[in-house]
Amino acid sequence: MTDYKNLKLIATSSPHIRGSERTQTIMLDVIIAMLPALIFACFNFGLRALCLTAVSVAGCMFFEWLYQKAMKKPSSVMDLSSVVTGMLLSFVCPVQMPYWMILIGDAFAIIIVKQLFGGIGKNFVNPALAGRAVLLASYAGTMTSWVDPAVNKAAAFGSNVDIVTAATPLAYMKGPDAASIAASFDQLKGTYSVSNMFLGQIGGSMGEVSALLLIVGGVYLIWRKVINWQTPVAYIGTVAVLTFLFPRAGTGVEWMLYSLFGGGLMLGAFFMATDYATSPVTKKGQLVFGIGCGVFTVLIRYFGSYNEGVCYSIMVMNLFVALIDKYTKPVRFGTVKSDKKEASGK
Amino acid sequence: MNIGRQLKEGLITQNPVLVQMLGLCSTMAITTSIMNGLGMGVSVLIILTASNVVISAIRKIVPDKIRIAMFIVVIAGFVTCVDLLLQAFVPAIAESLGVFIPLIVVNCIILGRAESFSYKNGVAGSFFDGIFQGLGYTLVLLAMCFIRELLGAGTLAGFRIIPEQFPIGVLTLPVGGFLVLGFLIAAMQWALSKSKEGK
Repeated sequence: MTDYKNLKLIATSSPHIRGSERTQTIMLDVIIAMLPALIFACFNFGLRALCLTAVSVAGCMFFEWLYQKAMKKPSSVMDLSSVVTGMLLSFVCPVQMPYWMILIGDAFAIIIVKQLFGGIGKNFVNPALAGRAVLLASYAGTMTSWVDPAVNKAAAFGSNVDIVTAATPLAYMKGPDAASIAASFDQLKGTYSVSNMFLGQIGGSMGEVSALLLIVGGVYLIWRKVINWQTPVAYIGTVAVLTFLFPRAGTGVEWMLYSLFGGGLMLGAFFMATDYATSPVTKKGQLVFGIGCGVFTVLIRYFGSYNEGVCYSIMVMNLFVALIDKYTKPVRFGTVKSDKKEASGK
Repeated sequence: MNIGRQLKEGLITQNPVLVQMLGLCSTMAITTSIMNGLGMGVSVLIILTASNVVISAIRKIVPDKIRIAMFIVVIAGFVTCVDLLLQAFVPAIAESLGVFIPLIVVNCIILGRAESFSYKNGVAGSFFDGIFQGLGYTLVLLAMCFIRELLGAGTLAGFRIIPEQFPIGVLTLPVGGFLVLGFLIAAMQWALSKSKEGK
């Protein structure tokens, strides 16, 4: 029988129902989703891919621990977000880069971009992309020479100076005028077939090459409800439509397929643009965000001085997130039409 | 006039760059090497002190309505002197500073101190204000140069400290200037708020 006399009514503030999701479980899902691409990178470029990822992950965790130790803040190393940053940064770097170089990128990503702006959830751009941008601006030579996976693998230890490098597909798709682009695009089609491109038997950043496995990872994330489909679909769709409508060589379909599977589009769309802290909250906002990323990517690839625009396009759109959130804020339930103007004006 | 307080204001609590946020353009543009920073800082210090003294001396006879024009004329006179002197005696620094020496004419620090300090205060006070504010500017420039040259180019005043392949080149680019200045301002504000809390 219930002891009514001593029964206490406990009133607490919401939330009353808690899900089992934690930052840690979400990050673990992201790590799982990236594993196929990592395994393929080892197969494609050699064991150094795994070593580079391990160094980068260890570096990110160390810098996060170091900063929080120095600032006497509670440690968030075990929430695995720094592991994801470390993996993503190594994924967007060429496999033969020296280990000290990726540690500089790690330090910039974790200490400057993430922790100094307030830690997890408060960074204003994607830390891994910011780390890559700094490395690219600082060590342009190393960051733009790509191991040719068909010829040789990168050595896990020691020097990689005698390694054979090759241009990435995107380099073939760029040129000073239409005739030269057409010629190099024909050359590209001779070197790599569409299925090579899709499976990832091409040169490029470590984790970006295999479109197939990145899509598998992305679908896993959508299935686990870690990310929404809006951002990646809008992003990839925009690039597909623009490259199909305005091919610079070959037929529209050919140009579109090579544009989609070359470079870091799949990695960026599924793993970078969907970062919670730097993408819009609402689904409508995520559509706008994805379309913006797509437009900037194509513009940079067509008219910019770099071959690849995914990194910068996502970073540029990261800066627009506050604005997008402001204009895609849903109207509160029960708001009458005449109040809407007032509410949105605020 | 309290010289000690003026010194503290110029270097810390009213630092022209980190607190008043004046003269940011030249601060970001020329701080790629220690020698540049030293040349620019000393030039501004001399021009600021001289123009402060002259403006303070003539403040009673300058009509209020045309005071800005008068300030500019005085400042431009001293800038021309310094520009020609630099070209004559240290042509290397004059060349690497380029257009930023003539641009001191419109540097906000000098016009700002003329308007807010020397137009209202005596000659002696204005003299020390020029020296201390100039010192504050120079110190910030040197701090930025030190960080950007050491980490970005791996050298200090031209001597190689870090082997050529390691330096983080992005720091010598304009974006590095924005980054370093931003972090210096943040550190300064953090330190100021800490010292306020301590009181």
